[in-house]
Amino acid sequence: MSYDLLTMIWFVLLGVLLVGYSILDGFDLGVGILHPFIAKDDRERRLVMNSIGPLWDGNEVWLVTFGGALFAAFPVAYATVFSSFYTAFFLLLTCLIGRAVSLEFRSKVHSPSWRKVWDVGFFLSSFTAAFLLGVAAGNVMAGMELGPKYLYEGNLLSQIYWYPLLVGCLTVSLFALHGAIYLYLKTEHELQARVRRAINPLFYAFAILYVTVSLATFLHVPHATENIANYPVLWIVPILNALAVLNIPRAMHLGKPAYAFFTSSMVIMAFASLFSVAIYPSFMLSTIDPAYSVTLENARSSAGTLQTMLIIAVIGMPCVLSYTVIIYWIFRGKVTLEKNSY
Amino acid sequence: MDVEILSRLQFAGTIMFHYLFPPLSIGLGLQLFLCELVYFRTRKPEWEAAARFWTRVFAVNFAMGVATGIVMEFEFGTNWAAYSRFVGDVFGSALAAEGIFAFFLESGFLAVLVFGWDRVGPRMHLFSTLMVSLGSIFSAVWIVVANSWQQTPAGYHIVWHDVQGEMMPRAEVTDFWAMVFNPSSVDRLSHTVIGAFVLGAFFVASVCSYYLLRNRHQAVSRCCLSIALPTALLFTILAAATGHDSAKKLVETQPAKLAAMEAHFETTDEPTGLYLFGWPDAESQTVHYGVQMPYLLSLMVYNDPTKPVPGMDQIPEDQHPPVWLPFQTFHLMVGLGTIMIGVAALSCWFWYRDQLEQKRWLLWAIVLMPIAAMTANQAGWITAEVGRQPWIVYPSVQDGVEMMGLKTADGLSESVTAQQVLSSIILFSIIYSMLFAVWVFVLNNKIQHGPESAEELVEYKRKLKSDSMPDKFARSGKSLGGDMMEEQA
Repeated sequence: MSYDLLTMIWFVLLGVLLVGYSILDGFDLGVGILHPFIAKDDRERRLVMNSIGPLWDGNEVWLVTFGGALFAAFPVAYATVFSSFYTAFFLLLTCLIGRAVSLEFRSKVHSPSWRKVWDVGFFLSSFTAAFLLGVAAGNVMAGMELGPKYLYEGNLLSQIYWYPLLVGCLTVSLFALHGAIYLYLKTEHELQARVRRAINPLFYAFAILYVTVSLATFLHVPHATENIANYPVLWIVPILNALAVLNIPRAMHLGKPAYAFFTSSMVIMAFASLFSVAIYPSFMLSTIDPAYSVTLENARSSAGTLQTMLIIAVIGMPCVLSYTVIIYWIFRGKVTLEKNSY
Repeated sequence: MDVEILSRLQFAGTIMFHYLFPPLSIGLGLQLFLCELVYFRTRKPEWEAAARFWTRVFAVNFAMGVATGIVMEFEFGTNWAAYSRFVGDVFGSALAAEGIFAFFLESGFLAVLVFGWDRVGPRMHLFSTLMVSLGSIFSAVWIVVANSWQQTPAGYHIVWHDVQGEMMPRAEVTDFWAMVFNPSSVDRLSHTVIGAFVLGAFFVASVCSYYLLRNRHQAVSRCCLSIALPTALLFTILAAATGHDSAKKLVETQPAKLAAMEAHFETTDEPTGLYLFGWPDAESQTVHYGVQMPYLLSLMVYNDPTKPVPGMDQIPEDQHPPVWLPFQTFHLMVGLGTIMIGVAALSCWFWYRDQLEQKRWLLWAIVLMPIAAMTANQAGWITAEVGRQPWIVYPSVQDGVEMMGLKTADGLSESVTAQQVLSSIILFSIIYSMLFAVWVFVLNNKIQHGPESAEELVEYKRKLKSDSMPDKFARSGKSLGGDMMEEQA
């Protein structure tokens, strides 16, 4: 296989890991964001948490593996991206830690104040994690102040301005909507009815942000649309994206929540694909001088390593998919509280 | 303080805190699997009660391992960007393999292990326990392989890349399997995993001894002890054996580390002795208050009591590691290891004679052993990592060609400021202290609650069968509720 083909395959595989993470952990984070608003008493709060109880940990592994794969396939991108987002990234890690321990520890002690603390922690960490992921994506889309030798010249403050913040809001609303549809599938009775009532407002909020961010991207990030202009066949991605977005309320209206969940997963996939199309062939575009950008070509590992890694992926991914399916099958159906629940 | 010291402090702090949990997961995973295996073969409820109890403890510990481990996965990029660019081709593959082969396996089947007791059959559950156990070991395999490559690199060459006009070196894999089976991986991996097994065995033995001292949960405790004590003895002895193999290799691969561990400053023609303890002073090149066993180091390293071992004076001065810390942590590890072998052997002996429960002093000693095992695990890693300095990747010779190494000071993220690192250290110190307190509190809660008795468990499962809606159970308060603790409150 040629070096360039291997490079392209790894760019796509990283996209697959990113899509997997956003779809799977997307509903976990969404559930966390909705948790304080949807659940009214302790039993409902536990139901909401346990709807993702057995799954969130495996879902988070997609992010960890994305990190490992980026390190292996494009070490320069791994090094540059994470050191540039130093402070933001430590905040994200704090949130992921906070989410993990809030889920794990909340129901271990009966005291209401103990549980209150972890409830707040669960919401804040889920909300902030979703927001920061969006802010990071927005920054990468728009390009960053990358100087010579891959040295980032900005700081946390230069990463906080209207465009990334807007993308952050879009991510929060998308994950909240995705999480709500998931919760609708997993809950029953009164709780489910409450979830249903939240879905429409969530959809409108998301739709407004979707239109706003699309316009903002056209205006603020002209290079994002270059690839689509050069390869018109890629128009299919934003078109499918828009259709999928419209299909969410339709599916809910038709009483097909599983279809709606599938659709919102497709929306996330379309966003991740748009993101990949927009940034290609850079991982991080320098706003100082395009020559300083981290690209597929200057960030990649040697051909030998890309090939070995591909073999590892070909052996590993079917295993991963098979036990992901097994676990989701075992924990299918409505969430109930059992002896071993959180 | 400069970025280098701060980044090293941060890495040391986050990795040591993380390393409180994975060895216990690996060790406890084995004990859990063995308990469940006995249950599967005998179907005796005491064993099921034991397996269910250790599952709950395992879950709390595992969550902490995941939460603190995710930091490690990204810290190479955030704090050690230059290092990441230099080694990504090699080190990254091991880390990615860990994600694909280990993390998915353990986190997937963990769901069945923890939440699946009343959902899947005993066979599927046993299988899941085995998969989680294996997953945690696989993860150790890949990360120790990656770390061993830093210590004794192999299967690579250095390629110079043009980065905007400046040539920059990078290590690239030439032989994947030579990289994986580099000269130290097998020894270091077996020593690491065995150290984790020792911790797991003593952890189980400790909790059960505590129950026996308090006259609680005797039946289940005796079951667990019958596995934990023999495995503790086996693995403490194996730890000594693998540790010896590791140390022996150092004289060829990392003589500076060996010299630091032994505070062996000066090479002489005489046979080299082994310090039992002392207070080395690198400045004056002496060991204060040292007590030395003559011939012993020569004997251990070369199997020849008369052959002198090279000292620190053979190493160029700018490549000297610190001496005091590796010396002390190494001796601490060996000392604790010896004590653990003694305690394990005595306990097995009295267990075999059926007198252990009368020897309350010995039960108390077992109660303390997990602290010894944890300390020894940490001390061993401090020895290995501080002894590696000033290198982050050791220089090596491949097929007669000298390969450059990378110094720790040259591996930093150039764009990160001391202020940023200091802030993240403060942030994580606060978070980790709180986490630690909560972890101890919840773990203590679980241990105080203890396993169900065999009768309670049989009754619970009978009810579960007659009532197909477990939800009702939990709410009616009839559940055993060890995990939820609803009933105690």
